[in-house]
Amino acid sequence: MKDFFAMGGYAFYVWTSYAVAGVVLIANILIPIRLRLRLLADIARKMRRARREP
Amino acid sequence: MGIVAFIHRMGSPQYFYQVAGRLVPWFGGFCALFLLAGLVGGLVLAPTDYQQGESYRIIFIHVPSAWMSMFIYMVMATAGLLGLVWRVKLAEVIAISSAPIGASFTFIALVTGSLWGKPMWGAWWVWDARLTSELILLFLYLGVIALYGAIEDKRVAARAVAILALVGVVNIPIIHYSVEWWNTLHQPATITKFDKPSIHVSMLIPLLLMALGCKLYYATVVLMRARCEVLERERNSRWVETLPEVAKP
Repeated sequence: MKDFFAMGGYAFYVWTSYAVAGVVLIANILIPIRLRLRLLADIARKMRRARREP
Repeated sequence: MGIVAFIHRMGSPQYFYQVAGRLVPWFGGFCALFLLAGLVGGLVLAPTDYQQGESYRIIFIHVPSAWMSMFIYMVMATAGLLGLVWRVKLAEVIAISSAPIGASFTFIALVTGSLWGKPMWGAWWVWDARLTSELILLFLYLGVIALYGAIEDKRVAARAVAILALVGVVNIPIIHYSVEWWNTLHQPATITKFDKPSIHVSMLIPLLLMALGCKLYYATVVLMRARCEVLERERNSRWVETLPEVAKP
């Protein structure tokens, strides 16, 4: 197990590569989820306002 | 349902929004499976390389990302062309939704390449043909994103972006053939269409699993982004107002 994390002395290079990729790829999933929720909330708010002021 | 009828129905933003919403969890689920299998195969099961030791394991993220950076660019340019010539709205949406994902993969390819180059070449960066053309690809993606954001009318913006993307296509063969045309530090392709791959099957399988996982990742995220783009463009239409997620959030 220790050998696995040590990566034959290349731990920094190998694990930083996978960490950077992981962070970027997860961010790409979270951004559209948040954007969609914000858009839906925004559309719903505008509709409520339109109903109140005919 | 015939394929022509399907394409015709996908022209309706409402239908696309709903179908894409149903596809996302499937693509996402299979993406996670393939990436997990590829990571286990590449980081745990594949043997140590006789020349590069364990450092070669960066290949399993570096090469699929580099492939995706070019593949997504071609999808973006093709979709851009469809939008430009036939005014297919959905093609415009796919083109612009692809840009941030392509930029992300290009960024990953550059960073992981740098992290691989340091221990193997002794340098984080060299102005070699392969590296420089990949960096230009990143700038093309960023240019597409910036140009789209700078133009208010989204249909005009989509047309401008499509032209930029199409001009940039010239860079794709340069990236691809750079290792053959110029004497570069970057190693030549490990896997080509015509020759037997210069890699053992125990390393080839995880590499292909990662590549497939990345393709599915792109399919998942491009649909998620396209749904947002459709919602934004159609925010004043009747079908958006009657969506259950809008009616009672």
